[in-house]
Amino acid sequence: MTTIDATHPGATRGGAGVEENYLTHGKGLLSWLTTLDHKRIGVMYLICLLSSFLLGGVFALLVRTEHLTAGQTIMDAETYNRYFTLHGAIMVFLFIIPGIPAALGNFVLPLMLGAKDVAFPRLNLMSWYLWMTGAMFLLASVLTGGVDTGWTFYTPYSTTTATHVIPVTIGVFILGFSSIFTGLNFTVTIHKLRPPGMTWFKMPLFLWAIYATALIQVLATPVLGITLLLLIAERAMGIGIFDPGLGGDPVLYQHFFWFYSHPAVYIMILPAMGVISEIIAPFSRKAIFGYRFIAYSSIAIAAFGFLVWGHHMFTSGQSGLINMVFSALTFSVSIPSAIKVFNWLATMYKGSIVLKAPMLYAFSFIFLFGIGGLTGLFLGALSVDVHLHDTYFVVSHFHYVMFGGTVIAFLAGLHYWWPKMFGKMYSERWAAVACALIFVGFNVTFFTQYVLGSQGMPRRYFNYPEQFAIYHQISTYGSYVMGLGFVITAIYLVQSLVAGRRAGANPWGSTTLEWRTPRIPPWFNFENPPPVGDPYDYSQVRYDPALDDYVWVDQERHEKKAI
Amino acid sequence: MSGHGSEHPEYLGHHYDTVEQQFDAGKFGMWLFLATEVLLFAGLFCGYAIYRSHHPEVFIYAHQFLDKNMGAINTIVLIFSSFTMAMAVRAAQLGKNRQVVALLAVTLLCGFGFLGIKYVEYKAKWEHGLLWGTKYQPSEHGSHAEEPAVPHAAAPAVAQTGAPNPGHVGTIAEQGSGPGAVEQASPAAQDHGSPAAQDHGAAASSTPSAVAIGDPGPLDVHTNIPPPGVPSVTTAIAPDLGGAGGHVTGHATTHEPNNVHLFFGIYFLLTGLHGLHVVAGMSAITWALVRTLRGDFSPGYSTPIDLVGLYWHLVDLVWIYLFPLLYLIH
Repeated sequence: MTTIDATHPGATRGGAGVEENYLTHGKGLLSWLTTLDHKRIGVMYLICLLSSFLLGGVFALLVRTEHLTAGQTIMDAETYNRYFTLHGAIMVFLFIIPGIPAALGNFVLPLMLGAKDVAFPRLNLMSWYLWMTGAMFLLASVLTGGVDTGWTFYTPYSTTTATHVIPVTIGVFILGFSSIFTGLNFTVTIHKLRPPGMTWFKMPLFLWAIYATALIQVLATPVLGITLLLLIAERAMGIGIFDPGLGGDPVLYQHFFWFYSHPAVYIMILPAMGVISEIIAPFSRKAIFGYRFIAYSSIAIAAFGFLVWGHHMFTSGQSGLINMVFSALTFSVSIPSAIKVFNWLATMYKGSIVLKAPMLYAFSFIFLFGIGGLTGLFLGALSVDVHLHDTYFVVSHFHYVMFGGTVIAFLAGLHYWWPKMFGKMYSERWAAVACALIFVGFNVTFFTQYVLGSQGMPRRYFNYPEQFAIYHQISTYGSYVMGLGFVITAIYLVQSLVAGRRAGANPWGSTTLEWRTPRIPPWFNFENPPPVGDPYDYSQVRYDPALDDYVWVDQERHEKKAI
Repeated sequence: MSGHGSEHPEYLGHHYDTVEQQFDAGKFGMWLFLATEVLLFAGLFCGYAIYRSHHPEVFIYAHQFLDKNMGAINTIVLIFSSFTMAMAVRAAQLGKNRQVVALLAVTLLCGFGFLGIKYVEYKAKWEHGLLWGTKYQPSEHGSHAEEPAVPHAAAPAVAQTGAPNPGHVGTIAEQGSGPGAVEQASPAAQDHGSPAAQDHGAAASSTPSAVAIGDPGPLDVHTNIPPPGVPSVTTAIAPDLGGAGGHVTGHATTHEPNNVHLFFGIYFLLTGLHGLHVVAGMSAITWALVRTLRGDFSPGYSTPIDLVGLYWHLVDLVWIYLFPLLYLIH
C-alpha cells in the first residue's frame, strides 16, 4: 500500500499505512448528510440518481410488458397512462437532467480543474437537498396514484385531469431550482477557481461540456419554473391563461414548456458528449483531434438549443413561416453535433485503441447517438414530421438520443471514474457482457419502434391493431435483455466495492488532473495547485508494470531527484 | 472548514486562495442568480406581451381599475429603499456598522411600507371581485357601462382611495378604483348637468370608442378621448381633478370587453410573484442586519451586504417595469 502511494507525493501525507481520503474523512451518516465536499455530494447524487433510474426502469418494463398483447395484459388503460407518465417524469426530471452534471460532474469537475471544491459548497449541498425534496414530491405522487398527463403536462388536459398534477408540478419546480443552483455553481467555479496555468483552452473537454450545460441550466430552467407556476395557478386558481374557455391559449403552454424543455435536451446530451470526449482520447492513446472545435461546438449547441423549441409544435397550428424557420434552425443543430462525432472518429483513427468497458460504452454511444441524431433530421423535416409526429418514431428517436446517448455515456463515465471514486476495479469481463446485453437489448427494443412509428403506431396508446403485435413483442423482449444487462451491471459494481481489485491512481493512463490525485482523492483534493499540462498529451504518463498502473513522468523525475 | 494556512482569515472559504477571489466568485454567482430571476419574470412578461397584443382592449379597459396613485407611491418607496440600500453597502465598505444598521432598517421599513400599500390595493380588488379567471366577478356587474349604477357603489371606492368627501362624485370617478366608480360616471354627469345632453353624449361617445376598440391599435382608443380640460361631453361627465379623469370616463362609456379577467390574472401573477420577491429580499436584509449587529463585517469583508444589495436592486427594478406596464397603459 505504502509503496504505491509513495509514487504520489500527495498521498504520503496520511502517514504509514493510513490513507486519508474523502471516504474516510469523517464517519457516520451525519458526516455525509452535512458534508460540503463536492466528492461526497457527487456520490450522494450518484446513489439517489441510480435509485430513481431503477424506479423509472421498473415503470418502463411494466409499460413494455403491458404491450406484449393488444388490450389489457397486466394493467388497465388508466394505470397504463399513469405508468408511462411516471416513467417519463422520473427518468427526465430525476435522472437524466441532473444525471451527469450532478453526479459525475460534482465529483470530477473541481478535480479536473485543479480546484479544492466548487465555488459555493453550501449551495452545492442545498442543491442536493432540493433534489431530495423534489424527489419526495414525485414519490408522494407515485404513492398516491400518480399522474396521467404524460411527462410534458400539456394543457388543457393537465388542468382538468383528476390525478395529482400539482404535487408533481411542485416537485419538478423544486428540482428545477436544484438544477439552476448546480449550473450556477459550476459556471462560477469554472470562471473563478481555475488554478494558475489552467487557461480556458487547457481545460479538459468535459469541463467545456459541463460549462455549456451549466449555461443552459441557468438560462432556461427559470422559464420552466414560471411555466410550472402558471400551470399550478391555472389548476389551483383557475387563472385562465391556458384555458381557451377563458380566453387563454393552450398552445402558449407548449411554447413555454418547450422553451425550457428543448434546451433541456441539451442539458442531457452535452455532458454526455463531454464524457465521451474524455474517454475516446486516453483509450486511443492519442491526443484528441480538433480540441477547439469540440470545445466551441459545445457552446454552439447550447446557443442553437435555445432557438429550436418550435419544432415540437409543427402540428400545433403555428404559421407556415414559423415552422420553416424552426425547421431550418433545427437542422443547423446537427452541424456542431456532427463536428463532435467526426472529431471522435478522427481521434480514434490510427490510435492504439484499448477495448475496456468505458471505451465499449463510448463506441455504443457513437453508434446509437448517430442513429438518434440522424432520425432527428427526419422529424425536423416539416413534411415528414406531419406523418411521424406523436408516433413511436418520436419515442424511438428520443430514446436513441436520451438513452443511447446520455444513459450510455453516463455508464461510460461511471465505469471510467469508478476507480477514482472508490479505488476499486470492477470485473472487466462482466462489464463487457453487460455492455453487450444493453447494446443489443436497446437496439432490439427501440429500432423496432422506428418501424412501428413509421407504420403509424401512435405513442402513448394503450391498445393497438393486431398487425403491430409482432413489433411490440420484439420490442418488449428487447427491453428484458436490456434489463438483464442492468442487473448484471448493478451486481458487478456492488461486488467491486466489496471485493474488487485495488485500483491504481491512474489505471487508464489519462492525463487530466483528477488522475494526479492518489487512488482515492483526499478530502482537500490538492494540497498545492497541480501542474497544469496538456490534458491529452499521453507522453506525460508511463505504464509501470511493477505497479500495474500509470505513473506521471514529472513526478517520477521529481522523486528521483529527491533521492 | 479552514484547516490549513494560518494566513487564511476566518471568513475566507478553504477552497479560495484570496479574499478577492472569494468576493469575485460571490458577486459573479449573484449576477447569474439575478439573471435567472430576470428570466423567471421574463416568462410572465412574455405572457403579458402576448395577451396584450391579442386583447389590447382588455388591457386598456381593465388597467383603469388599478390605483395609479398607490402604484406611484410604491414606486417612490422602492426607489428610495434602493437608495438607502446602496448607502448601506457603501457604509459597510467603509466599516461604519452603525450606519449600516440604520440604513438597512430604513430599507426594511420601506419594504414593509410597500407591502402594506400593496395589501390595501389587493384588498380593494378582492372586495370588488376584480380577480382572475373564474373568480372575476366585478361587484357592480359592469357588462353594460351605460346602465346606471347603484349610487351606494361609490362608498367602498371612496373608502379605499381615502377621498375625504364621499359626496364628490367626480373624485370617485377620477380615482377609477373600481367598476362601481367608473359606472358612476354616467349618473355623475347627470348630477352635474342636463340629463338630455348627457344621454346624447353617452351614446355619442360610446360609438366611436367602440369602433376604436375594434381596431388593433390601442392608441386609437385615446384619439377619441379629448384631452383633460377640453370642454366636451366626456369632461362634462367627470370634472377633471387629477388629470386622469378624462380617460376613465372615456372608457366608462364603452362596453366591457370579453375576458377582462385575463388582465387581472396577469396583474396578480406579476405583482404576486414580485411581492414574494420583496418578502425574500426583506428576509435577506434582515439576515444581513442581524449579521451586522453581530459584528461579522469589517471593511475587509462585507460581501453579503453587497450581494443582498444587488438582490434588492433587482426587486426594485422589476417593479419599475411592472408599474408602467400595468398601471400606465396608453
